[in-house]
Amino acid sequence: MMKLLIKGGNLIDPVKKRAIISDVLVDGGKIVATGTDLEVDGAMVVNVPGKLVVPGFVDLHVHLREPGFEASETIATGTLAAARGGFTSVACMPNTNPVADNSAVIIFIRARAKEKGVVNVFPVGAITTGSKGEELCEMAGLKEAGAVALSDDGRTVANAAVMYRAMQYARMIGLPIIAHCEDVNLSAKGVMHEGYVSTILGLTGIPAAAEEVMVARDIILAEATGCPLHIAHVSAAGSVRLIRQARARGVTVTAEATPHHFTLTDQAVAGFDTNTKVNPPLRTADDVQAVRNGLRDGTIDVIATDHAPHAPEEKDVEYENAPFGMAGLETAVGLVWTELVNTGILTPWEAVAKMTVNPARILGIPKGELVLGADADITVIDPAWEEEVDPKQFAGKGRNTPFTGRLLKGLPVITVVGGKIVFKRGVEF
Amino acid sequence: MAAGMRQKAQILDKEGIRRALVRIAHEIIERNKGTENVALIGIQRRGVPLAGRLCGYIEEIEGKTVPVGVLDITLYRDDLTTLSHQPLLRQTNVPFPVKDKKIVLIDDVIYTGRTVRAALDAIIDLGRPRIIQLAALIDRGHRELPVRADYVGKNVPTSGREVVAVRLQETDNEERVLILEKD
Amino acid sequence: MKLKRKDLLGLAGLETQEINLILDTAVPMKEIASRPVKKVPVLRGRTIVNIFYEPSTRTRVSFELAAKHLSADSINIPAAASSVVKGESIKDTARTIAAMGADVVVIRHPLAGAAQLLAGTVEAAVINAGDGAREHPTQGLLDMFTVREKKGTLAGLKVAIIGDILHSRVARSNIWGFLKMGAQVAICGPATMMPPEINRTGAVVYHRIEDALEGADVIMMLRIQRERQKAGLFPSLREYSRLFGLNRERLFLAKPDALVMHPGPVNRGVEITGEVADHPRSVINEQVTNGVAVRMAILYLFAGGGTDDEAAD
Repeated sequence: MMKLLIKGGNLIDPVKKRAIISDVLVDGGKIVATGTDLEVDGAMVVNVPGKLVVPGFVDLHVHLREPGFEASETIATGTLAAARGGFTSVACMPNTNPVADNSAVIIFIRARAKEKGVVNVFPVGAITTGSKGEELCEMAGLKEAGAVALSDDGRTVANAAVMYRAMQYARMIGLPIIAHCEDVNLSAKGVMHEGYVSTILGLTGIPAAAEEVMVARDIILAEATGCPLHIAHVSAAGSVRLIRQARARGVTVTAEATPHHFTLTDQAVAGFDTNTKVNPPLRTADDVQAVRNGLRDGTIDVIATDHAPHAPEEKDVEYENAPFGMAGLETAVGLVWTELVNTGILTPWEAVAKMTVNPARILGIPKGELVLGADADITVIDPAWEEEVDPKQFAGKGRNTPFTGRLLKGLPVITVVGGKIVFKRGVEF
Repeated sequence: MAAGMRQKAQILDKEGIRRALVRIAHEIIERNKGTENVALIGIQRRGVPLAGRLCGYIEEIEGKTVPVGVLDITLYRDDLTTLSHQPLLRQTNVPFPVKDKKIVLIDDVIYTGRTVRAALDAIIDLGRPRIIQLAALIDRGHRELPVRADYVGKNVPTSGREVVAVRLQETDNEERVLILEKD
Repeated sequence: MKLKRKDLLGLAGLETQEINLILDTAVPMKEIASRPVKKVPVLRGRTIVNIFYEPSTRTRVSFELAAKHLSADSINIPAAASSVVKGESIKDTARTIAAMGADVVVIRHPLAGAAQLLAGTVEAAVINAGDGAREHPTQGLLDMFTVREKKGTLAGLKVAIIGDILHSRVARSNIWGFLKMGAQVAICGPATMMPPEINRTGAVVYHRIEDALEGADVIMMLRIQRERQKAGLFPSLREYSRLFGLNRERLFLAKPDALVMHPGPVNRGVEITGEVADHPRSVINEQVTNGVAVRMAILYLFAGGGTDDEAAD
């Protein structure tokens, strides 16, 4: 493999919280040198002055849909979407068909990713068999097969006793639990946030309490068991408050927020655009503000997409009949920059940390830092690049985005995985 | 209405309108040999005040009142699809049975005859009159249907570029009949 | 004055002038509907398709009569509620409608937003005859027509809407409609059946029926469905009736000339006593009569009978 020299960029270090102008030299899929004015014979040179060179982004929460739902996305197309979105590693949720509740499915996903994947794929195993919330999966087997975390994402482990045992066992095995917090008796047949907009639209609401009671429960169980708990897609102000309080008293809880939950409110549902249907639902302006505050003060460590692609015909139906989920990989970085960095809510290194080193540490994977000897997973961001979201340009199959037409500023322009350029936005560098 | 139009001539003034209506009132009485079973129906909108006035003149002449009704023909028009603007739907109010009556339909201007055709349909939906006659203050020609007025205030030859504007006190706060021409 | 939209999806989006136009047009329509020969040719040759995904004899027959009075060809497409459950989308139906060359489509659907989804897909004018709990604009308009006919105006009236507001599209349409026309709207029902933040519409929320009825010019009772009890939204019909039912004593809390309304079908002895339903102040039967006139006006206007005062005289 040819050497790659990324020259003149602004190197963002999310650990040391700083930006320095530095070249990066890649050889054999690893980072072999950094520093100014590196000159290397025979290297392929990309000049990126004025651009930001960051560790390749890690998305802790995606749905690649394979096996089982290949009409919506595959490992091949989902990782293409990741590459276009600036992500070099993704953790994929186990709600496939069959569910990734045994080592065979984990092994299949990893093999498929190796064969067809454009970026690194880290599978997440299920907590319970079939994600039915009843019997524990063979967690040790899942870990040996390569699962990096456990989750019944898309569903809640409704039975507190099962969740309690799962946390005890997972802690012993050494895998974190990623909790989808939703009391299904409270969310019931709800399709959007319960509030003024649901009242006007006559749509059944999902109260914020449906999330908050489960966040509270899972924090208590994590506290009781000492199991590392990661709360997926925090959407409600009350959840942010609960997590903040738990962290203050030392509970091993981390949390993520999605770009749509820090950007959109339930007002977006008013036109019955099924691309706004997501679980947990888009909430109020106060909730969005609380999520932003949580991101700023560190209560929320991670920004993850919850990339949930659906085939167009699945979404082209009545709101209540549409499945939950949005495609998120290809708009995430642009939204983080536009909504959080350009507005001063997060510094560039804080934003980068929430999409690199923080999720990598939660998952225990050797990613997310640009240090000598590290895998050469690198993303280059052009902070001045402006582009309107156009799902027709998406690399993935999932075009179900509520952000169509939205102007983003600050987008990934080069994605490097293992020393190989897997995506370039438009121009030559 | 005045947009893109200029006044070409005045055909009738207030006194001219009065004389024409008085003459029509006389003719109605004469043709029907009195007022027995005669009823007047004004076509919305300017046929309505004209019917009211004719009723008054007939009463002055004969000392008897005839019943007066109001007819909106919007729902009977044959040009609903071709008009960009639709006339406001107005009330139809014929407070007497039309069966076996001698109905005199009253409109301000007779032109293509389509309004009268619609009015005939509308009346027949209300019942079966013995006879239907037609009175118009102005006949401007250019008929598109085999329709003829029984009573005409004034015949005015016009071109297709012209518009006959009847202005009445009740609807327009003035009293005259004009010919307007498109610019 | 002309309508500013292709479709009638709800009263939330309608302008006051448009509401007035529809109500004004319904006045002559009511005269036609009272004639011995109830027929005018205005919509001759127009095709109106009725698709009801929910059983509703009352509304469907009202629309059918309205179409017949205006000489339109009206077709009923039987659509089983099961096809909705199966996930067969409204868009499949839309393709059929387009092929039929319908001018107006009247749709009743159990899911909110279904009429809007259809409207975005077909060229025909779409009339929402009820979409889930969202809106039932033709019912709202006929209620407003009935009140205006009795009271002369809507501005300044106090309208009390009592019952299961959460699941009621009739309540939502009436809240929007009456508020736009300058009436005050008081809504009252169990806390479990009051949609959140409904007060932001401008309606005032009460949980004691006595407070809601005080000084009311119009009392609108909503039907309570027994299934809601099974869903845990209220403890029993007996307690519901005791707290939120309209009886003779409570009727006297309203103005002496207050109207009693109900979109039907009435659960006698539950939300309203038989005695009050048959009371001289009850206009429940007139609502049905007016429903035809108002739907005639709606079909006429949305099938192309927009209006302009002078130009076409």
